[in-house]
Amino acid sequence: MKVISDLFRYSPSFRIGATILTVVFLLVVLSFFSPYSPDQRRVVPRNVPPSQEHILGTTSTGQDVFWMLTFGVRNTLIVAGIAVLIGRSIGVFLGMVSGYLGGRIDRVISSIVDSFIVIPRLPLVILIASILRGQMTLFGLGVLLGFLDWAYPSKRYRAQILSLREREFTHTGVFAGMNTLKIVTQEHLPFLIPFLLADVVSGFLFAIGFEVTLAVLGLSDLGAQSIGTMIYWGNYYQALLTNRIWVLIAPITASILIVVGFYLVSIGLSGYLDPRTRLARLQLKG
Amino acid sequence: MTLLKEFILPRLLQWLLVIFIGVTITFLIPRVSPVNPIDQALSRLTAFQNLSPEATIALRASIEDLYGLQGSIFEQYIAFWKRILRGDLGPSFTSFPMMVNDIIRKSIGWTIGLLGTCVVIAWLLGLILGTLASYYRNRWWSRFLENSLITVYPIPYYILAFVLLMLFAYYFPIFPLVGGGRGTPGLTWTYIRTVIQHATLPALSIIIGATAFRFIMAKALTSGEIASDYVQYAELAALPKRKIIFSYIMRNTMLPQVTDLGLSLGAIFEGALITEVVFSYPGIGSSLYNAIISADYNMIMGITLLSIVGIATASLLVDLSYPFFDPRVRYR
Repeated sequence: MKVISDLFRYSPSFRIGATILTVVFLLVVLSFFSPYSPDQRRVVPRNVPPSQEHILGTTSTGQDVFWMLTFGVRNTLIVAGIAVLIGRSIGVFLGMVSGYLGGRIDRVISSIVDSFIVIPRLPLVILIASILRGQMTLFGLGVLLGFLDWAYPSKRYRAQILSLREREFTHTGVFAGMNTLKIVTQEHLPFLIPFLLADVVSGFLFAIGFEVTLAVLGLSDLGAQSIGTMIYWGNYYQALLTNRIWVLIAPITASILIVVGFYLVSIGLSGYLDPRTRLARLQLKG
Repeated sequence: MTLLKEFILPRLLQWLLVIFIGVTITFLIPRVSPVNPIDQALSRLTAFQNLSPEATIALRASIEDLYGLQGSIFEQYIAFWKRILRGDLGPSFTSFPMMVNDIIRKSIGWTIGLLGTCVVIAWLLGLILGTLASYYRNRWWSRFLENSLITVYPIPYYILAFVLLMLFAYYFPIFPLVGGGRGTPGLTWTYIRTVIQHATLPALSIIIGATAFRFIMAKALTSGEIASDYVQYAELAALPKRKIIFSYIMRNTMLPQVTDLGLSLGAIFEGALITEVVFSYPGIGSSLYNAIISADYNMIMGITLLSIVGIATASLLVDLSYPFFDPRVRYR
């Protein structure tokens, strides 16, 4: 708690980012109080520009853009959350195994990880998504993105664990007869948590970007509401040419706000993790 | 001999491993998927006609033969490798008699021209601006530059490109909406001018995004260098600022930047998929997009393979060239 209030006071980027994310979170909460169900069409007059009744206007299928947006933001964040959870789990696990055990296992895992870092992800995602077209659910999309985003984090965790393994307390634990699993999960994992936090944010950025991209190409679950599918349907009904720009502006603005918010928070966090800036902050307080 | 054994060989092995994993994944994905591409192709072929069952079976056999889908999965895998080693990516599903190789060959020039230029421009721009903004970090312009680029950086590329398209091709129609050039291709001035005109907007979108990334990277690298003793000494000795910035600081931050330039150039074969789709640019990304829409697996697999080989080769070359750039990385 202290950390968060400190960050709020001394890091302007964290302050702005956290404020934006709070607004986004409010949108997500609002989605549970929506007067319309997300899939219902023709519940409001079609193609109405923003007005008092429909503050962000309505779509060509008769849905209220504001309430659609709340569902879209929620689903996009859920997809990204699943992706981050899976990707980081694999990353942390592999990083720990190869960093702690070392030797031949380390060499095998490292070379596989290095190969996966190099392999380009966009064509791969597109290949998978285009084959599964029509059967892709939002949940499946999250899982897919998760399985593609573990290589780079795992490399970072491995480096961390490598240095932790040489610390004295590890040897103390080994000599005291702690088993390996316990040392790694109880003694080493807490040291990884700050890095995990910064990493989770970059995972969110990756997943949100991919979600939007895939949906716009028509490769996601087009029946569900997400930021990407809102843009897709906006384009589909020619929002630009028919001058119904509000249909597109809402999801575009939302996506920009979300990613910028996450990114600013991560800048604040990594500034906090960097020992050099921490020193400067202490002087500031002093 | 140690050079070859200790330095080159492991990297070559890594390169082979990357390509092996990439090819295997591209081979496996369509085969473990619940959707059968043969059934799809069959239903497309037989959609508007009546065929006797025997004819359908014969048709199925010939399609399987054509796309190398006969025999057990292991035999298919071997056949797949044989075809790839010959450099033959098979026929395209949708524009049938055309080979995937021909389609790629036709479109890749556009992509390399557009992306190659953009990557290099963005690299130079980001490097120079980032270094300058980090050195003069308290000036108003460096603050402004940093804040605006930090805001641009995390925005998904599609959104950036789409907003640019909306602004400069629709609301203020300065640039043409679609295409790669107008008129008959040739080395005439009018044709080249339309090519440049068409490429400006896509190029702008790539350059903005890539410059923001490079700027942040350059700034982080430079701020580490500025605190070094040699920079302070050079300042005390009143060396010209230009010399300190460009010959000393930038030179020392060059290694990761050169690495990254190599990787970005390797990623060109991936095609600027989103750029080309948004701006309807006739490059390899558009071919990929068309292949996606029409479920043309051979085409998608071909481009995926090309991009994997491209980036793997680029990273191999970058790795091998390290000792030339940095004497500290003499082979281990």
